[in-house]
Amino acid sequence: MTTATFSAPAWTDKKRYLWLLGIVVMGLPLYGYGLYLWTGLSLFFWTTPVIVYTLIPLLDRVIGEDESNPPDGTMASLAQEKYYRYVVYAAIPVQYLSFVWGTYMAVRGNLQWYQWLGLLISVGMTSGLAINVGHELGHQTSKLERWLAKIALAPVMYGHFYVEHNRGHHVRVATPEDPATSRFGESFYEFLPRCVYGSIKSAWEIEKLRLAKQGKSVWSIENDNLQAWAITVALFGAMTVWLGWWALPFMIVQGAYGGGLLEVVNYLEHYGLRRQQKADGSYERCQPHHSWNSNHSATNIFLYHLQRHSDHHANPTRSFQTLRNFDGVPRLPSGYAGMIMVAYIPWLWFRLMDPKVVQYYGGDMSRANIKPSIRARILAKYGSATA
Amino acid sequence: MKKWRCLVCDFVYDEAKGVPEEGIAPGTRWEDVPDSWTCPDCGAAKSDFVMEEID
Repeated sequence: MTTATFSAPAWTDKKRYLWLLGIVVMGLPLYGYGLYLWTGLSLFFWTTPVIVYTLIPLLDRVIGEDESNPPDGTMASLAQEKYYRYVVYAAIPVQYLSFVWGTYMAVRGNLQWYQWLGLLISVGMTSGLAINVGHELGHQTSKLERWLAKIALAPVMYGHFYVEHNRGHHVRVATPEDPATSRFGESFYEFLPRCVYGSIKSAWEIEKLRLAKQGKSVWSIENDNLQAWAITVALFGAMTVWLGWWALPFMIVQGAYGGGLLEVVNYLEHYGLRRQQKADGSYERCQPHHSWNSNHSATNIFLYHLQRHSDHHANPTRSFQTLRNFDGVPRLPSGYAGMIMVAYIPWLWFRLMDPKVVQYYGGDMSRANIKPSIRARILAKYGSATA
Repeated sequence: MKKWRCLVCDFVYDEAKGVPEEGIAPGTRWEDVPDSWTCPDCGAAKSDFVMEEID
């Protein structure tokens, strides 16, 4: 039966409709409020952080991992299907609804402080999750999607991410020069300011250089940073005019919280990993073993397969639905959602992850990306092939 | 000789220069660059490059 090879059962994407949860999750602060109205329990103002910090890690544990990949023959058609694009677009109006409603409630809702705080963190989390939406869209090459990326990044004040992620992070990933690659021995709290400052600085310089080549000033309206930040200014300005000055600190702090959520994910994506330098000082190409991965299903659904991070860096324009699992790449012991909690507690993180980095490099820590101030001590401790 | 720019990271492939360290000799026209070749900086596919007039 030679024909049998040609009539394999049609492959269907089991996650197809699960991706709709990416839209649902953007409305979590609203559902939390609905539950509060229904039950009278203020606890429900905290629904969003409870789901993200505990329910999703728990689901990762219960549901476990899914290593399945779309078969090679389906990749092209799967990538073309518009449905997957629309699912991502649709998250943005819900994100804005949470943001606008949340800011309104914070100012006009007569909330108790513990309700207000829960709301702040909830809205901040949806804004932070929206960076992932902006990330997915910002990697696409169509004009519409690139604008939608800027719009998704506006409530979280992260417009520069649009520039820095593609043209900064993807180029310098897993090198000491990348602000968004965490180093061995660097705690999340050391990484956070270095990454935020370094990313903004880099985004500015990237655009300055591009515009200079065209003979234009960095202050040109064509500066993508300025364009993206302008949306934030317009949005925050309009909300402040509508709701008064008290809207402003709420919007700024929720944005900061959202940015912090993105950065903790950044922290775990490349911890300690480093591309080797060639004789001329340039770095080897980014390869699958330069990212930490996870196949935990629950987090993968909420983050659009972001945890299949090796494939993402190997094929940056590949859409989320087609990202593949690789064998033999660095694997995190849990999904990103669970690892976030570990990253918040540095001693626990080092205890769990440092041995994994050491093991990954077979004890040759001269190949790892180590925090400069402890590099000599680490090399002395583990020895190095070049020593 | 033309130049092609990576849409993801702005790396520029200059036909005049090629990428000798990757076995693409100076003067290699874009259409002769293998389809499997990807952006040396960020890994984007050859199809993610656009032709650009740069002087």
